[in-house]
Amino acid sequence: MKQLRDLSKQKIGVVAAGHSSVIANMAGLKLPLESKPLQALVSEPVKPIIDTVVMSNAVHAYVSQSDKGELVIGAGTDDYVSYSQKGSHDIVEGTLNAILELYPIFSRMRMLRQWGGIVDICPDASPIISKTSIKGLYFNCGWGTGGFKATPGSGDLFAHTIANDEPHKLNAAFNINRFVSGDLVDEHGAAAVAH
Amino acid sequence: MFLINCPFCGEREQSEFKAGGEAHIVRPKQPTELSDDEWAEYLFMRKNIKGVQFERWNHVHGCRKWFNMVRDTSNDQIKAVYKMGEKPPIK
Repeated sequence: MKQLRDLSKQKIGVVAAGHSSVIANMAGLKLPLESKPLQALVSEPVKPIIDTVVMSNAVHAYVSQSDKGELVIGAGTDDYVSYSQKGSHDIVEGTLNAILELYPIFSRMRMLRQWGGIVDICPDASPIISKTSIKGLYFNCGWGTGGFKATPGSGDLFAHTIANDEPHKLNAAFNINRFVSGDLVDEHGAAAVAH
Repeated sequence: MFLINCPFCGEREQSEFKAGGEAHIVRPKQPTELSDDEWAEYLFMRKNIKGVQFERWNHVHGCRKWFNMVRDTSNDQIKAVYKMGEKPPIK
């Protein structure tokens, strides 16, 4: 794999989520990421039953109700690297087991659809908003199973990083060099699963 | 969901196995002489390929032995399974 050194006068910011490594490999760059399916399910619509987002770190489950009345259910990723956007049934079973621990009343709910989104996970489960060893190439990646609520803020900081070729103080700790220095972000230990 | 042909036990459901990540990453012979960059490369950097990938698996709810697999990560089709120490049957 031949690595590019310099994109000369161009600047490229990559925000490719689960496919970040695919883009990085085009430039001959390896990232500290593994891409895995994160499955979610949506049930048939029912009358209002929960009016908040419920997330349990104890049994590892997520459930909320959409405006249309569907239950939106999720949990952890599959174990293996995959870009197949499917995932395995035993993960679905584990997810629904956890939901039923919290809400036995949902045992007869019928699920309408299920899918797997590909998420890029860092070894410390924290994102990378950073320059790279290739001049002019920037990555905003590694958000894993989180990141949705951080999207506007991360975009702002990523723009700052690209414009100045230096990180903002808020994303300085999220540089890619932390995997060389050993100064990892302690999110797995601090938050376990919830983001 | 897919089936895995364990080289020791035969065909079993994937849920019996644990994925062990990218295969054929050689542990450095002289760890004390490694630079920080080389350690990071060994510990953290992964190809994370979309397509044919060489990886390690463990039959954790079966014989508990490790083995290697060649799998297309874009559709989860398994191309080959082979024992640790053996050469990959395909390039």
